[in-house]
Amino acid sequence: MAALTDTSSSPEAVEPPSPPSRLVATRSVVADRGFQFLSLGCGLLVLVILALIAISSTGKALPAFRSEGFNFLFSKNWNPGDNQFGGLAFIYGTLVSSAIAIVVGVPISLGIALVLTEVAPRRIRTPIIYVMDLLAAVPSVVFGLWGLEVLAPKLNHRYGQVNDVLRHVPVLNTLFGGGQHEGTSFFTAGLILALMIIPIVSSLSRSVFATVPAAQKEAALALGATRWEMIRGAVLPYGRSGVVGAVMLGLGRAMGETIAVALLIGSNAEITGHLFRSGDSMAGVIANQFNEATGTFQSALIGLGVVLFAITIVVNLGARAVLNRSERRTGTAL
Amino acid sequence: MSATTPDAPARVALSIASAAGVSPARRLRNGLATGAMWFALAAALIPLGFLIYYVLRRGTEIFGLHFLTSPIPVSQRVIGGGMEPAIVGTLLITGMATLIAVPLGVLGAVYIVEYGADNRLARVIRFLADVMAGVPSIVMGLFIYTIWVVRFRHFTGFAGSLALACLMLPIVIRATESMLRLVPRELREASYALGTSKSRTILTVVLPAAAGGIVSGCLLAVARAAGETAPLLFTILIVFKNNFNLFKGTNTTLSAQIFTNANQPYVGAQQRAWGAALTLLLIVLTLSVLARVVSNRLTART
Repeated sequence: MAALTDTSSSPEAVEPPSPPSRLVATRSVVADRGFQFLSLGCGLLVLVILALIAISSTGKALPAFRSEGFNFLFSKNWNPGDNQFGGLAFIYGTLVSSAIAIVVGVPISLGIALVLTEVAPRRIRTPIIYVMDLLAAVPSVVFGLWGLEVLAPKLNHRYGQVNDVLRHVPVLNTLFGGGQHEGTSFFTAGLILALMIIPIVSSLSRSVFATVPAAQKEAALALGATRWEMIRGAVLPYGRSGVVGAVMLGLGRAMGETIAVALLIGSNAEITGHLFRSGDSMAGVIANQFNEATGTFQSALIGLGVVLFAITIVVNLGARAVLNRSERRTGTAL
Repeated sequence: MSATTPDAPARVALSIASAAGVSPARRLRNGLATGAMWFALAAALIPLGFLIYYVLRRGTEIFGLHFLTSPIPVSQRVIGGGMEPAIVGTLLITGMATLIAVPLGVLGAVYIVEYGADNRLARVIRFLADVMAGVPSIVMGLFIYTIWVVRFRHFTGFAGSLALACLMLPIVIRATESMLRLVPRELREASYALGTSKSRTILTVVLPAAAGGIVSGCLLAVARAAGETAPLLFTILIVFKNNFNLFKGTNTTLSAQIFTNANQPYVGAQQRAWGAALTLLLIVLTLSVLARVVSNRLTART
């Protein structure tokens, strides 16, 4: 996670020497300027690409936006055969599956971060970090394959058991009851997403917790606090804003994750509160149907991509703003 | 002093606290919380263990020299066959993406750290690189489809490389940036003192000093790109024989093969999916371990 945990404290600007004499200098000055503009151009490339993504995708999506209007976002009628393109079911599926990922994944990530900063003996911390890096390195499609062929059948069996137990419990039966359940469902997709966001959320939280001043922790212990009381009183409050940023970043990841979800959510454009039933997500439907789509259908799928792009940009901007603020407050980079 | 050092005093304090008669309720709560934290670690590691176990068990059913060097069967019902075209595609497409993304990303980071010197524009670029790192990979695929594939009316390996390069660019920028910041100011000043121009200083002093870290960061970016599927679905399509030409004809990768085969009900297709998963995991892990070795060697030296 080198890219995410770097340092922001910059070396103060160092002035390059003014060229020794004009005669010798002209060529080197030209080369110098050239290199400067080249690197500026590469920096600006980021801006250009982001702008191009927004412009070109929106352009291609316009036919669908025009023919559907606000229905594109607020109607659940998705029927390519009849030229009906209401994307609500996909937006719903993206939100529900990533919400499950956050609910399941964040407590686990925080637990891991605390184990690594406060609990585990020093000598086993590095091996644990290695293994977490391994988890981060597993490609999304491999998670999808394993989830589809190994996990989903096993989970389906468990879903049946949970279903039977909760059938008559109010509230819970709308989420987990209903008699029907499928191996590929919102919940299966959410669980795999949870597993996939754990490395990033836990490694960011770990660097947040590592910035808690030792004096504050020792003060809590000196007052007779147990380790858990020290964590609750000193570590968690200090790291709160950083953790919020890490969670939002994880949320962005979960919403944009495509292949594992495309394989595991069940590809069924439906809005239902039952988490054990199949659904579909924005990224999933694009992955599964784009190659067969033409005309307005294709334009509608690109439109879903634009919606997804917009949502993830907002979430990421928020996450970065929160992280940068806590970075400035604690004086450490995340 | 680093912030994670309170271990020794903390441990002493903890033992004093427990000796001094902490009430059973508090001790219980402390024990439960500690147990929950270890449980969280297990909750992440056990699924990972199972995943690796299954990839090994199912993948080795078909994995071998024959698998690595045979073409992909056109019919998914066929049992056996290989993945050579997908391995060729993965290596070529990821390699080309690396050739595009690494120079651009390194130069972008040079601007942020060396020329921008944290002025407003440099901060904006840095922030946008973070935002770009969060753009879903499937959106990158759609983007290249709309600006490249539609325009040139061809699905090619190169289009896939472009999509992967977009994905790698922000990772390379941020990794390089953090490494450049670690280069001591004295090195730059010593170079300036010898009358060297700024661009020469960057190329001959600053970048070599940060090279180890940059290489390690880039390897991680390559590993990430090699495992990506979503950006390739609508840019390279599929092929059953080796295609060494990135600019002509469709192509395929291991990740794309896993995706198309995973959904098939046929035994042969599923076997090939697991074999491809094992191959891909080996490639990705080799890259990650390489990155770790490079960065460890770097820290050992400095």
